[in-house]
Amino acid sequence: MPKLTIDGIEVEVAPGTSVLQACEQLGIEVPRFCYHERLSVPANCRMCLVEVERSPKPVASCAMPAGEGMVVKTNTDTVHKARKGVMEFLLINHPLDCPICDQGGECDLQDQAVSYGYDRGRYEENKRAVKDKYMGPLIRTYMTRCIQCTRCIRFVDEIAGVPALGGLARGEHLEITPALEVGVNSEMSGNLVDVCPVGALTSKPYAFNARPWELRKTESIDVMDAVGSNIRVDARGGEVLRVLPRLHEDVNEEWISDKTRYAIDGLKRQRLDRPYVRGTDGKLKPATWAEAFAAIKTRLANVPGSKIAGIAGDLVDVESVVALKDLLTKLGSANLDCRQDGAQFDTSNRAGYIFNTGIAGIENADVVLLIGTNPRWEAPLVNARIRKTYLTGKLKKVAVVGQNFDLTYPTEFLGNSGSVLSALADGSHPFVETLKAAKNPLIILGAGALRRGDGLAVQAASRAIAENVGAVREDWNGFNVLHLAAGRVGALDAGFLPGPGGRDLAGILAGAQSGEIEAVYLLGADEIDGAKLGKAFVVYQGHHGDRGAHRADVILPGAAYTEKNATYVNTEGRVQHARFATFPLGEAREDWKILRALSTELGQALPYDTLAQLRQRLVQVNPVFATLDRLVPSVWGPFGQAGTIADAHFASPIENFYMTDPISRASQTMAQCTEAFLKPALPAAAAE
Amino acid sequence: MALLDRTARGLFLVELVKGMALTFSYMFRPRATINYPYERGPTSPRFRGEHALRRYPNGEERCIACKLCEAICPALAITIEAEPREDGSRRTTRYDIDMTKCIYCGLCQEACPVDAIVEGPNLEFATETREELFYNKEKLLANGDRWEALIAANLAADAPYR
Repeated sequence: MPKLTIDGIEVEVAPGTSVLQACEQLGIEVPRFCYHERLSVPANCRMCLVEVERSPKPVASCAMPAGEGMVVKTNTDTVHKARKGVMEFLLINHPLDCPICDQGGECDLQDQAVSYGYDRGRYEENKRAVKDKYMGPLIRTYMTRCIQCTRCIRFVDEIAGVPALGGLARGEHLEITPALEVGVNSEMSGNLVDVCPVGALTSKPYAFNARPWELRKTESIDVMDAVGSNIRVDARGGEVLRVLPRLHEDVNEEWISDKTRYAIDGLKRQRLDRPYVRGTDGKLKPATWAEAFAAIKTRLANVPGSKIAGIAGDLVDVESVVALKDLLTKLGSANLDCRQDGAQFDTSNRAGYIFNTGIAGIENADVVLLIGTNPRWEAPLVNARIRKTYLTGKLKKVAVVGQNFDLTYPTEFLGNSGSVLSALADGSHPFVETLKAAKNPLIILGAGALRRGDGLAVQAASRAIAENVGAVREDWNGFNVLHLAAGRVGALDAGFLPGPGGRDLAGILAGAQSGEIEAVYLLGADEIDGAKLGKAFVVYQGHHGDRGAHRADVILPGAAYTEKNATYVNTEGRVQHARFATFPLGEAREDWKILRALSTELGQALPYDTLAQLRQRLVQVNPVFATLDRLVPSVWGPFGQAGTIADAHFASPIENFYMTDPISRASQTMAQCTEAFLKPALPAAAAE
Repeated sequence: MALLDRTARGLFLVELVKGMALTFSYMFRPRATINYPYERGPTSPRFRGEHALRRYPNGEERCIACKLCEAICPALAITIEAEPREDGSRRTTRYDIDMTKCIYCGLCQEACPVDAIVEGPNLEFATETREELFYNKEKLLANGDRWEALIAANLAADAPYR
C-alpha cells in the first residue's frame, strides 16, 4: 500500500493506483481528456500533468503509478503553466465553432478551456481540416473538432469488442477512421457520443435539437431489454429528446445499448392518444373514456369470470399488472398469463426464473455456459460484462449451446440441438468436466430456449447442470435466466400467472378459438397473433397502435415508460422505479389509473386510490417489491420438470435487435439502423 | 437698510423683470424641440430598438441556432427550435421573439456570436393588436432586410469600442 502526499495531504492507496486516481480519492480535480476510468490508459492528451517532487518535468498523472513517498503537487504555477500550454496546443487545430456544435454546453474541452485556456490565440497559420467519416445512422461526425484522445478507438476495441475504428497517420495528422465506411456495427455504438470529450462524435438523431440547459432531466429506468439500465430522460416540453445512461455499477456501469438510447423517437409515432371502440361496421372509432368503459361494461355484463382472460405484455409495470390481476380476480377469472411469447417454465421458485448471480456477479465467473441465448442482442450490457470479465483474463472459457453468434469474445460452440443439452445434463458431455473444474461456473439460460414446447424440461436440465457442476453453493449461485422483456420478472413476481384451474396462454388462445373464452384483456400485449384470438372480445390497453391494438375491440390508451411513475423488476430481480418525465399523450392516462377507473365502472372497485396505496398493495402481494434496488438472494429449491428434450435446434428469439417491442418498431431511427446494419447481414443469417 | 433694499426691489419689480428677461433671452437661442414625425433627434449607434435578424451579403441568414440569445434572455422572450437544414447546416426552424415580454436590454445581441440578432434603430413599431407583437422568424428577417444599411453602419460605428 503506497503512501503518498498530494497537495500536503497524505493518502494511502491500493497498489497499482495511478496518481490521478489517488487525486480523485482526495477529491482533487485533475483535468483530463484521454483518460477514462473504464478504458485503458494511453496518456496522449497530456492534460493531467502534475508536479512530482524530484521529477525534472511535470508528469502525466493518469499513467504514473502512485509510488511510496511520492510528493505530488497539483496546484502550483508550474502545473498551471504546463496545462495552459497543453490547452493551447489542443486548441491550435480545434475549430472553436462551439455555437454550432452540439456538444456546446456539455463539452469537456469547453469547460476546461475556461480554467486553462488563454483568451486569445497566438496561432496565425491555417488550421487543420479533416474530412468527416461515415459512422452509421446513429453517430454524426465532425472530425475537425477531434482532439485525438482516442477514447472512441479504445471504447470500440475494449468495451464494444468491435474493432471498427482506428487511427491513421500520426501526430497532428492522426485521423480517427472507420475500418470500412459502413458504420460502427455495435449494439453499444451510441456510447461513443458520451465517450467523446469534444463534439467530434455527436448523436445524429438529436442533431441540433436542443441545448443541455433547456432540458428537463428525469432519472429513470429503461425498458427496452430486461437489464433495467439506469437512464436519464432529457425532455423539453412534452417531448423526450434523448436518453443518457446513469451510473449504476451493478447494472449498466455507465453504458446503455443503442436501442435504449435511440428508440425514443418511437414514443412520438403510432401512439394511442384517445380511446377507440370498434363499431358495428367493424371499424375502430374514436370514443370518450365513458363510451369505452360503457362498451366494456355492456359486453362483460353476462360473461362469467371463467370466460375472461388477461394477458400482460413485455413493457408493463408491476403496478398495472397487480391492478389487472386484482380486477380479474374480483371478476372471478384465474386465466392470467404474462408470458405472451408462450414460454413454458416453472415459476414456483424465484431462483428458477431470475438472473441469480447478478450482472455484476458475472465478473467472478471463470467458465460460462450460454444455453439458447445471444446476449449480444438480448442484453448487450450483460454481454459487455462477459467481455469485460474475459478481458481481465479471469474468464477462461465461454461455451455456447444454441445458435453460434459472434459475441465479441471467443466461444466454444458445443452444438445447436437439444441433444447437446441432454448430454450436458446427464454428464456424458465432455464439457461437463470443464464446468466441474471451474471455481465459479456460470450458466445463462436464454428466454428463447424456454419458448420451446419442452421449456420445462430445458429449465430442469439447466438446473441439473448447475447442481451437478457445483454452480449452486452457499457463496455462489451460477444459475441464471436471461429474460428479454422488462416487464416479465415483475409480472412473475406479482404472480400474474394462471391461478388454480386457470388457463395459461396456450389455453387462453385455444379457449378464444373454441369460444370458451369470451373476453381477453391485453395489457400491452403485442406479440400475439390477432387471428389466434378467435371471436373473443378484446380490450387492449397500451400506448402504441401495434398488433394488439389492431385486433382490439376497445382500445384504452395508456402511458409509455417515460410517462408514469412505475416499478420494474429487471432480470436479476432488482426492483427499480421509473419516473414520470413527460405527460402521457392526449387523453392517455397512467395504466393503473385506467384499471382503477374501469374497476369502479364494473362495480368491483379496487381498494387503492393513490400510487402510495397501490405500492403498499404491491408489497402485500410480494415483499420483494419493498426492496428497492437491492438483490434478494433466492432460496434454491427444486423447479422445472424433468422430461425429454426435443432434438430441435435452439433458435434465437430475436430476429432484429433494433425492433423488439412496440416502441422500437415505431422508431424511425431503429428502422434506419436495421437498414444500415442488418439488411446486408440478414440474407446470410437466413441461409444458415 | 435691509428693509429699504427689500422695499425698493419690490417696488421696481426687479424679480419679475429678471424672470422675464430670462424668458425673453430664449427667443434668441436655438430651439430645443423638434417637429417629431418630420424631424428626428440624433440616435446613438448603440440604440436598442426593434429586433432584426440579419443576413450575409450573399443572402444566407446569419443565425446558426446556437441558442445563446435564448439562454441569456432575462425576460424569456426568445423561443428557438432548430434542426439540420437540407444541406446539413445548423439553422433555426423557428425563431420567435415575444416583443411584449422583451425588455430591450440588448443582451441577445451581446450574446450573438455572428451578429445575427440585433436591436436595430427602429423605435416605431407600435401595433394595433397584441398578436402583432409576437414576432416570428419571417418578420425578423424582413426587419433585417429593411434596416440592413443602417444596422451595418451602426455596427461599424460601434466596432472600435467592442
